[in-house]
Amino acid sequence: MLDRRELMKRAGMTALATGFGSARAFALETVTLPFDNGERPLVNYPQKRPMIGQTSRPPQLETPFRIFNEGPITPNNAFFVRYHLSDLPFDIDPDKFTLEVKGKVDHPLKLSLQEIRKLKAVELVAVNQCSGNSRGFFNPRVAGGQLGNGAMGNARWRGVPLKTVLDMAGVQTGAKQVTFNGMDGPVSDRTPDFVKALDVDHARDGEVMLAYGMNGEELPFLNGFPLRLVVPGYYGTYWVKHLNEITVIDTVFDGFWMKSAYRIPDTPCNCVEPGTTPAATIPINRVNVRSFITSVSDGTKVKPGRIRLKGIAFDGGKGIKEVAVSTDGGKNWTPAKLGRDLGKYSFREWSLAVNLAAGTHELKVRATNNAGDTQPAEARWNPAGYMRNVIETVRVTAA
Amino acid sequence: MPKLARLALIPAVAFGLAAAKAGPISYTLPEETAAFKPGPNVEVAQNNCTACHSADYINAQPRNVKSKKDFWLAEVTKMIKTYGAPIDEADVPKIVDYLAATY
Repeated sequence: MLDRRELMKRAGMTALATGFGSARAFALETVTLPFDNGERPLVNYPQKRPMIGQTSRPPQLETPFRIFNEGPITPNNAFFVRYHLSDLPFDIDPDKFTLEVKGKVDHPLKLSLQEIRKLKAVELVAVNQCSGNSRGFFNPRVAGGQLGNGAMGNARWRGVPLKTVLDMAGVQTGAKQVTFNGMDGPVSDRTPDFVKALDVDHARDGEVMLAYGMNGEELPFLNGFPLRLVVPGYYGTYWVKHLNEITVIDTVFDGFWMKSAYRIPDTPCNCVEPGTTPAATIPINRVNVRSFITSVSDGTKVKPGRIRLKGIAFDGGKGIKEVAVSTDGGKNWTPAKLGRDLGKYSFREWSLAVNLAAGTHELKVRATNNAGDTQPAEARWNPAGYMRNVIETVRVTAA
Repeated sequence: MPKLARLALIPAVAFGLAAAKAGPISYTLPEETAAFKPGPNVEVAQNNCTACHSADYINAQPRNVKSKKDFWLAEVTKMIKTYGAPIDEADVPKIVDYLAATY
C-alpha cells in the first residue's frame, strides 16, 4: 500500500504540480480508433514495442491491430496489458517469490518458483481476450476502457496445471471455489483488492494453468511476471497476474470483482435492450465466437481483381468449424480455407481469394464453432460493454 | 518507494527461460504525461482523482453520451461507493460539473 505522497513520487507526477508534464514525451505519434474520442498516443514501455496507450496509471496498453495479420501468435512485446489497480509489484526477486496455497486444504503450501518449475510442465496455445475488448464500438456508449479490437492476444503458455498444485495441497471435501490474488493491489485500503474465483471443479479440470512461460520466454513484467493464471476459453479477467495467493474456500466467493464487477446479463444472449438494465446478472465466463479480417482495414483502397483476404477466428474452446466471407455486405457467403490448427483455444487463421470489381465493397467475415455457435449480424448490448462479437465489416474501394 | 536501482530497460536476454536465476527485476513505467484539462475546479478533480489513476482515464471516455452530467455523476459515485475514494460530499458537484463541462 502506498500513501498519496509516495504515489505521486512513484508516478513521476511532480510535473503535474506545475500544470503540465512534458506532453507526449513518450508518444511517438497518435492513432485514432474509429469511434468518437478515439485518439490515443502510441507509447513506448520497457519490454514492449510501440503500443496504443489507453491509460498510463495503472498502465493499459492495446495491441495495434495490424499485428494480428503477422501470424496466429501474438508476440510478447505486442501483447495487450490491462491492470485495475495502481500499486504494481515493480520490484520482484524471482528467487524469493513464493506462491501460497491455503484455505480448505490438507497441506497448505508455499512454493518457490524453482519448485513450481520442477513440476511436470505443460504447454497450451490460448487466446486471452479482455472482457471489454471493442467497448469503444458500443452504441449507446458505455463507461470503461474505450478499447478498439486490440485487447486480445494469442500465446503459447507454459507452466503447470493448477490441478497438480491443488492435488499436492489436498483439497478438502466441501470445497466450492478457489480464489486467486496477485501481488498488484489498490492504492487505498478502501478499494477492493483484485481477487477472482473459479468453481473448484473448473480449477481442477487440468487445463487451468499456472503459467511462467509465454512464447518461449519468461512472462513480460506487464503480462504478470513471474507467474499468472491461464484460464483457457475464459475472458482475461480471470487470468490473474503476478499470482502469489491461492485460497480454497467452502463458499461462493463474494468479493467485489466477482459479485459486483464483471457481470453480464443472465439472458440467453447475455445482452439486453440497448440502454436498459438487466433484471439479473451472472459472472462473465466463456469467450464467444469472433472473427476478423486482418489483411485489409476499413476504408482501404485496393487494386481491382483477385485479392487474398486473410484473418483470424477464435472462440471459447469448442474450436472453429467454419469461417465464411461475404464481399457483398452479407448477401452471399463463401467458406474460407482454415489455417493450421494450434488447438481449440487458439486463434485460427483463415484465408480466401476473392475477386473485387472496381467500386466499393462491404467485406464481412463470420465464424462458426464446433457447437454451432456463430456471430450476430447486429451488435448485442450490455451495460458494461462486454463480449462484443458482431460480424465485422470492412469497407474497401477497388480502384 | 523501493530502494533497488531502477533499470530503464530490462534486457530481454535476462528473461531467458534457461536462466531461472535471473536475479531481481525492477520495472519502471514511463513518466506520466496525461494531464487534467484546464477548467473550473480543475484542482478539485485533480486532488481527488490523481491518487488512484492517471488523467487519461478521464480523457478517453466517450463524449457522445445522452447526458454528460448523468454520465460523470455515475462515474464519481462509482469511485466513491465501489472503490472507496475519500471524496468530500461538497466536492462531488464541483467534480461532476468540471468533468461535464470539460470532457
